[in-house]
Amino acid sequence: MTELERKQDQAPIPVGWEYETAPESRDIVTLRERYGHFVGGEWLEPKETYTTISPATEEPLAEVGQATEAEVQLAVQAARDAFENGWSALAGAERAKYLYRIARILQERAREFAVLESLNGGKPIRESRDVDVPLSAAHFFYYAGWADKLEYAFPNRKPKPLGVAGQIIPWNFPLLMLAWKVAPALAAGNTVVLKPAETTPLSALLFCDVLRQAELPAGVVNIITGNGRAGAALVKSDVDKIAFTGSTEVGKAIKRELAGTGKKLTLELGGKAANVIFDDAALDQAVEGIVNGIYFNQGHVCCAGSRLLVQESIYEATIDKLKRRLQTLRVGDPLDKNTDVGAINSQAQLEKIQELVASGEEEGAEIYQPPCRLPEKGYWFVPTVFTNVAQSYRIAQEEIFGPVLSVLTFRTPDEAVEKANNTPYGLSAGVWTEKGSRILAMAQRLRAGVIWANTYNRFDPTSPFGGYKESGFGREGGLHGLAPYLDFE
Amino acid sequence: MAQAPALPVGFELPLEPRLPRIGSIDQVALEERAATLAKRSIKREAKIFALELAVRMTDLTTLEGSDTPGKVSALASKAIRPDPADASVPSVAAICVYPNLVPAAVERVRGSSVKVASVATAFPSGQSPLETKLEEVRWVIEHGADEVDMVIDRGAFLAGRYAKVYDEIVRVKEACGETHLKVILETGELGTYDNVRRASLLAIAAGADFIKTSTGKLPSSATLPVALVMLEAIRDVYDETGRRVGFKPAGGIRNAKQAVQHLVLTHETLGADWLTPDLYRFGASSLLNDILMQIRKEKTGRYQSPDYFTID
Amino acid sequence: MSRLPVRKTYKLFIGGDFPRSESGRTYEAEGQNVALASRKDVRDAVRAARSAFPKWAGMTAYNRGQVLYRVAEMMEARRSEFADLCSGPKEVERSIDRFVWYAGWADKLAQVIGSSNPVAGPYFNFTVPEPQGVAGILAPQEPPLAGLVSRIAPALVGGNAVVVVASEPHPLAAIELAEALATADVPGGVVNILTGLREELAPVLASHMDVNALDVSGADGDLAELERLAADNVKRIVRGAADGQSAWEIEPFLELKTVWHPIGV
Repeated sequence: MTELERKQDQAPIPVGWEYETAPESRDIVTLRERYGHFVGGEWLEPKETYTTISPATEEPLAEVGQATEAEVQLAVQAARDAFENGWSALAGAERAKYLYRIARILQERAREFAVLESLNGGKPIRESRDVDVPLSAAHFFYYAGWADKLEYAFPNRKPKPLGVAGQIIPWNFPLLMLAWKVAPALAAGNTVVLKPAETTPLSALLFCDVLRQAELPAGVVNIITGNGRAGAALVKSDVDKIAFTGSTEVGKAIKRELAGTGKKLTLELGGKAANVIFDDAALDQAVEGIVNGIYFNQGHVCCAGSRLLVQESIYEATIDKLKRRLQTLRVGDPLDKNTDVGAINSQAQLEKIQELVASGEEEGAEIYQPPCRLPEKGYWFVPTVFTNVAQSYRIAQEEIFGPVLSVLTFRTPDEAVEKANNTPYGLSAGVWTEKGSRILAMAQRLRAGVIWANTYNRFDPTSPFGGYKESGFGREGGLHGLAPYLDFE
Repeated sequence: MAQAPALPVGFELPLEPRLPRIGSIDQVALEERAATLAKRSIKREAKIFALELAVRMTDLTTLEGSDTPGKVSALASKAIRPDPADASVPSVAAICVYPNLVPAAVERVRGSSVKVASVATAFPSGQSPLETKLEEVRWVIEHGADEVDMVIDRGAFLAGRYAKVYDEIVRVKEACGETHLKVILETGELGTYDNVRRASLLAIAAGADFIKTSTGKLPSSATLPVALVMLEAIRDVYDETGRRVGFKPAGGIRNAKQAVQHLVLTHETLGADWLTPDLYRFGASSLLNDILMQIRKEKTGRYQSPDYFTID
Repeated sequence: MSRLPVRKTYKLFIGGDFPRSESGRTYEAEGQNVALASRKDVRDAVRAARSAFPKWAGMTAYNRGQVLYRVAEMMEARRSEFADLCSGPKEVERSIDRFVWYAGWADKLAQVIGSSNPVAGPYFNFTVPEPQGVAGILAPQEPPLAGLVSRIAPALVGGNAVVVVASEPHPLAAIELAEALATADVPGGVVNILTGLREELAPVLASHMDVNALDVSGADGDLAELERLAADNVKRIVRGAADGQSAWEIEPFLELKTVWHPIGV
């Protein structure tokens, strides 16, 4: 060996590996200082405004309108005019082409939307980039194809559009929920007035620029921003249909408000889904499913697998693996490409999570949180697991809508079904077992609109989504997602 | 009993304490997890760290019918000093050769930290009588090999004769004594991830120091999902018994990006403890130059040409 | 001297039995004293429906279709009795034929209303219709028999258990139907029929937290108030035809369940 070789040989082996920050650039997004309401294809200067922020830094992003009753009425009128002056008479094939255009433009501007969605909503860029934005484009692509094929969708019925649809969407998937609402409504021949959530208006406002590029006729899509007041005004306005995604409490209030009016209504409300792990499950993948089920999008998911039901015989193995897996979750800057769990969407939501977590500790559940350094500014909550949870605890009953998992156990399939169904909700459920017949039996017996077997939190435009019981009614996605936007002769 | 589903006959292994369950693998979820981890963005210092580590972990390999002592000697030079232009680049872990080339290799690396690994047991097929295989193992150890890379009998494994596979590994390990044993599963021939997991646990139970994905002689080799299955098996054994088994992905890892992805998988499955040549190796040949190019690119900020890196 | 006919006592139909109202009350309708159901009778009927639901929903569709066909058979045997209690033989025949028509849907629904969904990934994904559970039905006041049949048959064929408030002025056909149902193979509690005052019973049904759907097709009066009450547990509100038939009359009583499973080896 040469001297050179010897020197090289003695270099010490370094230890430890920290990933460097890998932030996605914000430069692709250009924000205006102030946004109005998008009504009749033009920006309407708002009477009142508020500031929308980044929940990860609390930094103000823009001033946006707080729609008044009069402004809501203007938007509804614009939608009505657009419906009557052309859109409802437009051939389905032409409507389809507008939707295809929107889908393509969303694909072309995907990066911009992903960054904006993470900036305004706090969700990890990995998710907005890989889930929210591509799925949004896919929804427009899927429903575009239905626009000129509606008569094939419902045997022996003659479909026609309803008119103006009022749509109120939540802050957890701002662009995706917009797509879920707008795409089928337009495909069915309606015009819409959409109100994004108070805390996350920006992607909807950027979407107006997509509409401009697509040259969608003025007034076919109108977007008003603001808090629940604006939503209430929309519910009371002269629309033909309300589609709402949000809390069960508000959903019930809307249902009461519309009582006796004959207006069409679809509600996609809360959930407290059971994720059932049998002792023959592919355990490492089940643990991934548990993690994806509750920590995806900070647990701000109505169908989150927030109640883990583990068969007692594998309880310890499962919890050990889960805890270890939690230690690898990277919590922090939503724009960092390596972030797994981003910021809580708002101060109010953070307080709600904190309150419920405190109740869990008081009621006697055992809390586990991995060691985790949280940023100083912004709204953050460490991914949390509660064990020793009784069915009666609030954390096992109420929707937390945050990264908090409640773990319960069961001994037999019957007990699992009984516990899983023991809730006023019925949006989704998960089941993990390698036994085929058991999967089908569980899928049959779990009372929920979506059953994920050996997977969790999967979404697709072709797949109907929606709840049983207090999780709402009507389906979004798939052929069944068209019906809520159609009238039949 | 439900706790041990699909436990094949002959699979009651003397792993002490016994793993409570063999378990199974869901292909789709596994591949999704591997794909997610592959998207980790590793930049700047973190990347240089990973690349230099990957160099230290490399078993620089030549396994050709045309290998000669000259070829092996050149490979050894490369192993000891991978980038003559950059003294900060460390030596690789070992060179991996056919039995006949072991004496030449030992001669050339003497005095360095680079070890000599030899494939044995009728590599790559494993289709020879046990006595022949043991003889081969004893021969390479006698001639100075520090490490032995054996292949399992896939024919026996696929026929359900797990006990035969197990016994062979036990016998080879006995023949190895203190010599480091890596057991090649040849995952490309095992057909399912369930089998990869079973074979991993079988090899570990029989005494493997390392489990290794492939011979490099098949088109399908060290994919990320296969690596994840094997890493999880290693982790489960560690959790249950405290025993640390090493991992060697080999075959098909040709560029630095893939190597970094493998290291991310390991880091997030087994933790930083496994990020050492004692417990992790890459079986590779062309990988090394790509890593060297990437290291120089990171250091100089300029994209590199293969013309500036020696092919040995 | 002609023979004095033996009169029937008109009672409720709950859980397969014919009890009097727990309140002991009756009211006079169509010249008969008819049980005047109370809030507690609604409670008992819902309880009976809830406990009958799993068995009814769990039957094979083939079996459920046969049971409903059997109802038509039992009605056929009582044609003349029914004819006296509604607008006449035409309404009876229409009602019987409607049961036959709906019976045939039992094992076809999933094929027309369900779907297999080609998701963009390695998953098998399908959507199947399922019953909602317990449906509260306010039967149309007119026609007494065809109206009742038009509302309960679509709810039943999908696997729901029902609690029906019969036509207030014409309740006798409903009780006659109950007798036919009791002799068909319909499990006790799958259909529960209450007679009484709409104003008294409808709000109880609308606000009951264990009722999943409220069929207001035959409702009169303050519909808005009923819908408001129904909001408390997010009941499905069904508005259908008082005297008609369509697969789309079944669909409002159904939930859609979508199941995902990975495709791998």
